[in-house]
Amino acid sequence: MTRTSEYNFAYLDEQTKRMIRRAILKGLAIPGYQVPFASREMPMPYGWGTGGVQVSAAVLTPDDRFKVIDQGADDTTNAVSIRSFFEHTAGVATTTATAEATVIQTRHRIPELPLREGQVLVYQVPIPEPLRFLEPRESETRKMHSLEEYGLMHVKLYEDISRHGHIATSYAYPVKVEGRYVMDPSPIPKFDNPKLGDCPAVQLFGAGREQRIYALPPYTQVVSLDFEDHPFEASKADHPCGLCGSDSSYLDEVIIDDAGGRMFVCSDTDYCDARQAQGHRGKDAA
Amino acid sequence: MTPLLSVQGVSKRYGTHIGCADVSFDLWPGEVMGIVGESGSGKSTLLNCMAGHLVPDTGAVVFDTRADGPRDTVTMSEPERRMLSRTDWAFVHQHARDGLRMGVSAGGNVGERLMAVGARHYGDIRDKATDWLARVEIDAARIDDRPSTFSGGMQQRLQIARNLVTGPRLIFMDEPTGGLDVSVQARLLDLLRGLVRDMGLSAIIVTHDLAVVRLLADRLMVMKSGHVVEAGLTDQVLDDPQHAYTQLLVSSVLQV
Repeated sequence: MTRTSEYNFAYLDEQTKRMIRRAILKGLAIPGYQVPFASREMPMPYGWGTGGVQVSAAVLTPDDRFKVIDQGADDTTNAVSIRSFFEHTAGVATTTATAEATVIQTRHRIPELPLREGQVLVYQVPIPEPLRFLEPRESETRKMHSLEEYGLMHVKLYEDISRHGHIATSYAYPVKVEGRYVMDPSPIPKFDNPKLGDCPAVQLFGAGREQRIYALPPYTQVVSLDFEDHPFEASKADHPCGLCGSDSSYLDEVIIDDAGGRMFVCSDTDYCDARQAQGHRGKDAA
Repeated sequence: MTPLLSVQGVSKRYGTHIGCADVSFDLWPGEVMGIVGESGSGKSTLLNCMAGHLVPDTGAVVFDTRADGPRDTVTMSEPERRMLSRTDWAFVHQHARDGLRMGVSAGGNVGERLMAVGARHYGDIRDKATDWLARVEIDAARIDDRPSTFSGGMQQRLQIARNLVTGPRLIFMDEPTGGLDVSVQARLLDLLRGLVRDMGLSAIIVTHDLAVVRLLADRLMVMKSGHVVEAGLTDQVLDDPQHAYTQLLVSSVLQV
């Protein structure tokens, strides 16, 4: 609690946090439903997680331990800047260890380590509307959500199969929540989709520019859309991690020289570091 | 026998201007009704009121639904009405691009209505799309092409395939041959006539082309300034027009 005399706790004023919490509660009450909220200007550009930051600010308490990941990594620009932002404005403890964190703000990944009850996972969402690129009219997509007209979502998957022979959508893969709302899980890889459902942690989604919040309460049923003859498949690069040797985690492909050399490493740095600390080694480990 | 569609005293005003006034008629199963009139005579307004795109100010549009028998589509709930327009109704727009998704392949366009009513088997959807493309004389090899690469006549035929794939019982057509050259028109009309007869469809065709109604329609309504001025069997109305406006209309047809 270093600078709370200068700033209000966690940057936002209490009335704003109250407004955001109301939106979060409504989102939790109607899983997958996009709740409009009065998104504030934040001291960072749109696309850098303004929605996630506002949601985090609204749920953080002084006792929380905060972790930020960007594409799974704790040490990239977005993650570092948001973590230090809350260190300064909320004075909360931070960590890079998934198991120790109580609030985790994430961009484009779900941590490899299974989440537990009591944790909150906050997603940064660029485009909350799964139907956006199929039906550009917001008035129409809202009507489609309210009347549960989701045939169009399958048209997208149909187009994928007809063009590529399989469902080529590999991130932001649409899901159906509790048999009702079709939801965009933010641009997480479809490898992470199975972790959305039946998750013990609270999952909150904040889209700052689009001014929408939606949520998945713990243990919610989340089903990835598919066809009977082309079932959903959680895919990843078919390699083990070059550093820790894990063959079950989601991998980033890293170009290492000009001669076509490349290596695959865990995108979740905390998971990879923990495995290396336990003595696991991959083929590219120094 | 109950009429498939019963229009009862439908009126629609745009402010002080009359869209259509006090139109009533019954459409029987398997019947094709033509509505002709000059531009601005209210025929498209009437069609949109019947198809649920516009809400009429007064009157009822009673449709004989499969499940519950005759229901007033004006007062039924929106989900029910939208369900009808996805299953039992079809709407063919004058401009194919209004009725198609131009960014989605031909197969996807045809499959959309199937997926909207719950089809979730890719192979089945694709087989059905292929079958329907063949029925409207589009080469099956073009199933993955976008409609924007199709000619105007092909787009119109694709729109028809997309509408008929769920086996509707009533099809609304707004100037289906407008903007097509005459040889393409003739092919389209031939195709439509075949489909309507084979599937036992009922249809309401709005057009200003008397040749279209002569070929397709069993019965004819002539509209002027929002009012129906003459109605009857197509041949009867066209061969022996009674109302002055109908006489004008019939005599205005260019002879080759």
